[in-house]
Amino acid sequence: MSILVIAEHDNSSLKQATLSVVAAAKAIGGDIDVLVAGENCGAVAEAAAKAEGVAKVLVADNAAYGHFLGENLGDLVAEQGKNYSHILAAAGTTGKDFMPRVAALLDVAQVSDIIRVESEDTFVRPIYAGNAIATVKASDSIKVVTVRPTGFDPVAGEGGSASVEQLDVVKDAGLSSFVSEQKAESDRPDLASAGIVISGGRGMQNGDNFKMLEQVADLLGAGIGASRAAVDAGFVPNDMQVGQTGKIVAPQLYIAVGISGAIQHLAGMSDSKVIVAINKDEEAPIFQVADYGLVADLFEAVPQLEEELKKVL
Amino acid sequence: MKVLVAVKRVIDYNVKVRVKPDNTGVDLANVKMAMNPFCEIAVEEAVRLKEKGVASEIVVVSIGPKASQEQIRTALALGADRGIHVETDEEVQSLEAAKLLKAVVEKEEPKLVILGKQSIDSDNNQTGQMLAALTGMGQGTFASEVVIEDDKVNVTREVDGGLMTLSLSLPAVVTTDLRLNEPRYASLPNIMKAKKKPLDAMSPADLGVDVAPRLSTLKVEAPAGRQAGVKVEDVAELVDKLKNEAKVI
Ligand SMILES: Cc1cc2nc3c(=O)[nH]c(=O)nc-3n(C[C@H](O)[C@H](O)[C@H](O)COP(=O)(O)OP(=O)(O)OC[C@H]3O[C@@H](n4cnc5c(N)ncnc54)[C@H](O)[C@@H]3O)c2cc1C
Ligand SMILES: Nc1ncnc2c1ncn2[C@@H]1O[C@H](COP(=O)(O)O)[C@@H](O)[C@H]1O
Repeated sequence: MSILVIAEHDNSSLKQATLSVVAAAKAIGGDIDVLVAGENCGAVAEAAAKAEGVAKVLVADNAAYGHFLGENLGDLVAEQGKNYSHILAAAGTTGKDFMPRVAALLDVAQVSDIIRVESEDTFVRPIYAGNAIATVKASDSIKVVTVRPTGFDPVAGEGGSASVEQLDVVKDAGLSSFVSEQKAESDRPDLASAGIVISGGRGMQNGDNFKMLEQVADLLGAGIGASRAAVDAGFVPNDMQVGQTGKIVAPQLYIAVGISGAIQHLAGMSDSKVIVAINKDEEAPIFQVADYGLVADLFEAVPQLEEELKKVL
Repeated sequence: MKVLVAVKRVIDYNVKVRVKPDNTGVDLANVKMAMNPFCEIAVEEAVRLKEKGVASEIVVVSIGPKASQEQIRTALALGADRGIHVETDEEVQSLEAAKLLKAVVEKEEPKLVILGKQSIDSDNNQTGQMLAALTGMGQGTFASEVVIEDDKVNVTREVDGGLMTLSLSLPAVVTTDLRLNEPRYASLPNIMKAKKKPLDAMSPADLGVDVAPRLSTLKVEAPAGRQAGVKVEDVAELVDKLKNEAKVI
């Protein structure tokens, strides 16, 4: 078996999610190659070559891939991947965008968002917002699979010494072009890989009040998330949404503040090791999944939390 | 400009899903079914385009059992003009749905196809992208804003790092994210009117598509689940437990 892993990156650094996808590839077994498609992405290729278990890194470095347009990546990956038994990518917004194109171009089904590998053709994935866990078997000759990074412990990012090969293939479908982007700039740890996440919901009342969470997050080195209600209300940007249709997180510690605990929110965080809920309604469903629940007004509890943490950290 | 919208019948998002005791699937007997929430957003976007005078006709298509006609009627009540029902009692997976939609696209030749980004039952997030690849169209996935300008569409997408705007040549495929719009409710008079709007039914065979599934579900289980833990009295106790019991800070 031979597996092609598509690297997730921002042209300058390799995202940790890729190391989890390589771990999923190792669980399948076989030779693992990594494809780095981007623009001026040499540093990413070098990083990928150091990842544990990678045999070869293929680099497609061209302006056509600079913004990870789904049409161009789809064409490239379908062509490069057709001689592999498996094509894997992280189930982030980039992988979700181009991988179904790859599957369709190869006329094979895609298995989305796997959390476990049972065998080379059988995978485990959540359905119905995580209310059910399905074991599915793929019958196509090439398996196109997106991987939920929180399901797999990342392989080591150092120590490997894969060869690096430049690909001279430019796929520019000319169907779409990049106009602009609004990046959420933050020095905070990436939500998906943060060891601690503190999230706010509708109970926060407005965006300014998220500053209270930022102060706690600074003390803990935590990432900051939100519920859909907080994003819809415009308190915080969309990329902070945790849940079924937002980001999936599984930190050591997840602190939910003013979040009721709707099933769609739980779908994004219930694999966290320890869950804390702060909510003034003792009946809130979030308490059914919380290891430690505090029934309190968040406007009193969060400043107190900051003070108490300062004492012990 | 003609707009095609794909809507799927799924379990209502408020229903607490239960896995069947024999682990063959989830229990769908006597549960409330509804239009997939992302498809409601797709219909709403098409209706707004029509209200702005950008769209001239809205065709809504659903693939599934007879009862899917309820969701088509809902879309017609919300403002779609005409319905297409691809009727089958078989399970239709995303690749096959995309192939059926491609056949409908070839017949109808819409300028814009709007789908939901994800079905809340399979959580697949595939069909729109597959349809775009099969028809050779560009795609604007996870859209939070759609602006038509002549023969182009600008789509702002919700991506992991924030927002990204693309320009696509028409015809194109757009898939909806939560912030694209807030869907309206159908009024009673419009529900009555929708009953008279045209609805064509056809089979996958009529469209020349083999819908045999490529993925087989071996079993479906309930998630491991978490136990409710303890309630703490105050913040000091919380911090003490996090530090000395859970050891996570
Ligand atoms: C298709 C679909 C997809 C969805 N995807 C997601 C998703 O990915 N992520 C997601 O989060 N949601 C998602 N949702 C929405 C989800 O169903 C809920 O509506 C949402 O999670 C509710 O957010 P919330 O808990 O912040 O708000 P609410 O449910 O309104 O809860 C607010 C909570 O704050 C508490 N509170 C208020 N004031 C205070 C105070 N002063 N002190 C302490 N507590 C206070 C209240 O007691 C309440 O429990 C989705 C819904 C649909 C239909
Ligand atoms: N059976 C179906 N009938 C109509 N539209 C569908 C069907 N299946 C998927 N779609 C469309 O594709 C979107 C994404 O579905 P999925 O790829 O299954 O997550 C849905 O929101 C619908 O717009």
